[in-house]
Amino acid sequence: MASETKKILFGPVLQTNPIAFQVLGICSALAVTSNLKTTVAMCIALTLVTGLSSFFISSLRNHIPSSIRIIVQMTIIASLVIVVDQFLRAYAYAISKQMSVFVGLIITNCIVMGRAEAYAMKNPPVQSLLDGVGNGLGYSAILLSLGVVRELFGSGKLFGIEIFKLVNDGGWYVPNGMMLLPPSAFFLIGLLIWAIRTAKPEQVERNEYQLAPQSKALAAH
Amino acid sequence: MSSNDSTGKTLLVAAALCVFCSIFVSYAAVALKPEQIANKQLDKNRSILAAAGLLEPGKKIADLFKRVEVKIVNLETGEYLTEANATTDWEKAIVANPAAYDQRKAVKIPAQSVVLDPAVDIASIKRQPKYATVYLAKDEQGEVETIVLPVSGYGLWSTLHGFLALKTDLTTVVGLGFYEHAETPGLGGEVDNPKWKSVWPGKKVFNEEGKIDIQLIKGSVDPASPKAAHQVDGLAGATLTSRGVSNLVNYWLGSSGFGPFLAKLKEQGV
Repeated sequence: MASETKKILFGPVLQTNPIAFQVLGICSALAVTSNLKTTVAMCIALTLVTGLSSFFISSLRNHIPSSIRIIVQMTIIASLVIVVDQFLRAYAYAISKQMSVFVGLIITNCIVMGRAEAYAMKNPPVQSLLDGVGNGLGYSAILLSLGVVRELFGSGKLFGIEIFKLVNDGGWYVPNGMMLLPPSAFFLIGLLIWAIRTAKPEQVERNEYQLAPQSKALAAH
Repeated sequence: MSSNDSTGKTLLVAAALCVFCSIFVSYAAVALKPEQIANKQLDKNRSILAAAGLLEPGKKIADLFKRVEVKIVNLETGEYLTEANATTDWEKAIVANPAAYDQRKAVKIPAQSVVLDPAVDIASIKRQPKYATVYLAKDEQGEVETIVLPVSGYGLWSTLHGFLALKTDLTTVVGLGFYEHAETPGLGGEVDNPKWKSVWPGKKVFNEEGKIDIQLIKGSVDPASPKAAHQVDGLAGATLTSRGVSNLVNYWLGSSGFGPFLAKLKEQGV
């Protein structure tokens, strides 16, 4: 059982990572990773929501009519997200202001819905909770690494504390402004997926199509 | 499983879930409200201090805010509301506690606000309060250094609420900042960008003849142009937000906004 628990909890971090393997939840990964403070807040928020929503959905799974199951999942997820948003506004106002719409957008984050539909609807509550938290951790692992790279190279800081002294302040480091823009996260995620799949070739997806062999029709001319 | 899909069960599950979730959400919202209001007030004060350029890192907002005097202005006459000219009960209540007066709430009370003629309402705010709060930021000697005026107006998606701080010559901008808006993050949302905000200080909102003259333009301002002091870089990719900011500054400095108040200050000195 212990190894089973470990597998459910940490599998999504290393093996079936929601961002790197399942390629879900990219949009918020681009938006909130330009500095570590918002990244950490987003990671905690998403992990909580994924874990709890999977738990509640799984507890109700035998009573959810299949015709309205998606809307039931959405309602539960949305309620949790609103509560998380309210908490952030009450206790971390500056961060919640910076994250603006992205807290609300957790509702439509594919990871939460994906785990609810793929796992929580078929498995008992405790496992679902672990699966949700595990996927949240997998998401967090990628987001934190993005956050570290983007904040360090984009503004020479980590958690707002200066690491590289910037040229503007008389130091030596010329910040890479592109790191602070959302597209940089795309490149970083791409590189990360490449690295992971090179190390673990079993994660590479099969081509959905085969190239046809070169045709000889040109010979007619 | 088939019993799960019956109409009765579907309705029951849907209804029970809605009731439960709404209670859960409303409980959280109500329980956390006081904290959120306190945060909002703090954020507003921070924004006033930031516009006035008084924000110092490491110091408490509440301590810094002690240098700011809150006054209530009658927008029509430009006079301060005092015990002497407060006639109605609600006016007296405002005089008793000016810090608690919320002009955004006043807009929703018919007696405390006026409907604007669409012809003058360039900032699209529809209703205007009769009284507005102004903040007088003082230096160490207690002399007024900066006048902070609340401004608001419609951008692309939302009403922007913020503060415009002027020097005592009533022409030179000390700062402009918004504490609440819902413009597109990354485009119109760049009104919060410190880099953009830093182009405001030093701009002149009135020209030699005393007419309002401040405009957000497309692209960057040519520093050599004679109009450079009256122009501000527009936000790239946010034409409508830029236009909104332009309009709201023009509106609030104009005759239906703080025009009479500023004229009075010029006459009598700050």
